Amino acid sequence: MNRTPLYNIHVKMNAHMGEFNGWMMPIYYSGILEEHKRVREKAGIFDLCHMGRLRIRGKGAYDLIEKLTTNDISVLKPLDVQYSLVCNHEGGIMDDILVYNLGDGYLLVVNAGNRQVILSWSERLQKDTGIHAEIEDASEEMAMVAIQGPLSHRILQGLVDMDLDTIKYYRFNRGNIRGARCLISRTGYTGEDGFEIFMDVQKAEFLWSELLSAGKDCGLEPIGLGARDTLRLEAGMPLYGHELNVHTNPFEAGLERFVKFDKDDFVGRKPLVDVSRRGVSRKLIGFEMGERAIPRSGYSIVKDGIRIGGVTSGSFSPTLNKNIGFGYVEIEYAKEGLEFEIEIRGRCVKAVAVKTPFYRRRRS
Amino acid sequence: MYPENLRYADTHEWARMDEGTKIVTVGISDYAVKQLRDIVFLELPNIGDTFKQGASFGAIEAVKAVFELISPVTGKIVDVNQSLVDNLELLKADPYDKGWMIKIQMEDINEPQNLMSAKDYETFIERESHKGGS
Repeated sequence: MNRTPLYNIHVKMNAHMGEFNGWMMPIYYSGILEEHKRVREKAGIFDLCHMGRLRIRGKGAYDLIEKLTTNDISVLKPLDVQYSLVCNHEGGIMDDILVYNLGDGYLLVVNAGNRQVILSWSERLQKDTGIHAEIEDASEEMAMVAIQGPLSHRILQGLVDMDLDTIKYYRFNRGNIRGARCLISRTGYTGEDGFEIFMDVQKAEFLWSELLSAGKDCGLEPIGLGARDTLRLEAGMPLYGHELNVHTNPFEAGLERFVKFDKDDFVGRKPLVDVSRRGVSRKLIGFEMGERAIPRSGYSIVKDGIRIGGVTSGSFSPTLNKNIGFGYVEIEYAKEGLEFEIEIRGRCVKAVAVKTPFYRRRRS
Repeated sequence: MYPENLRYADTHEWARMDEGTKIVTVGISDYAVKQLRDIVFLELPNIGDTFKQGASFGAIEAVKAVFELISPVTGKIVDVNQSLVDNLELLKADPYDKGWMIKIQMEDINEPQNLMSAKDYETFIERESHKGGS
């Protein structure tokens, strides 16, 4: 079982720990509902060290990433961040990632469970193509922490030596937090304003404590993976392993805007062109339950007694006070407003397809 | 620690039998309630439903997980605490009295039950909480 550099602090803070993709992580500290509410109303910090951080450098770095991913990095200027997908030769999604243009190379942030997979896949692609690029797994030398919530800007500004207003959404910059050199990006997985901070692993515990001290008056608390999941679900964000896996393609997952065909060849291009031409046979939809029963991954979606799909994620939504979920349904049923049922423990419970995201924050 | 007048299952239900009517009242222990944390939904059966011993008569849902509620005896449901479903706070406040879930009429009063005394349950909990992870 892997432990992040912040493991000891989580235990000291009495976090309820649990296993996530081979990592021992804090699932909650005070409780999922309370932590969820805190991020929506105030701010919270998250340990993201379990995620993978791969650095790609060399004169072929651009070409390698263009080949590896579905999105177009010709538009990615230095200090820009881009959401992208890595697909296999069949067009199935191997991971959803963030790509950072560092100026002298690129940083790929990949999901915890896909660290080794994407590293090996990139190395194989580099070897097969002969592209001149160095791929380095920087996951162990860089720690990563997120601060998310309406008060996150105010809290972080008190600690950093640069004007955070200059970092727009999906942009990043380098700054000093209490003397420690950090990379700060305006990205997140909660649907709230916030920042993801990369720092030298030696500074992880120090910066975690500094953030908590600085944010004490604003009610900043640590947040576990339990609330991280309910927050991203409300915000309509997919979770790899649930909405996305090698058996799903970007078009049926609703991620076609991150697939660019007017760029050079990339892995999975041909099958994805085929899908875009003939259309998808199923589609990812969001839905709300009519009752208080919670839809969960794997439950069947049923209409008129026939199984039309399956739930990929579901939970109680603290912000909406309803039960919500995501699932794939056969394309003819992928309509907003369509009513169907979710089979929960042998009983069919009413649900209705709704527009996503389920929650959108108020922009000031 | 745990009410002496109740018997306990290793799945954390408690049972109280009325000697006269042979109706068993069932709920869950405060240990179970604490472990569940954020309880958001309770699913209970209908009056008249029958269950075999060991069968699931309902479910209690926390945000991240769902737990089946196991019937300690074979019998028919004669009463259900519907007000608990709308007032889950009662589980935290009073799991052994106002937090009762079902009343089940035993089919066979000689049915052997695998229930523990309060003392044995306490020992069982101590062993449970020292096993593995968190």
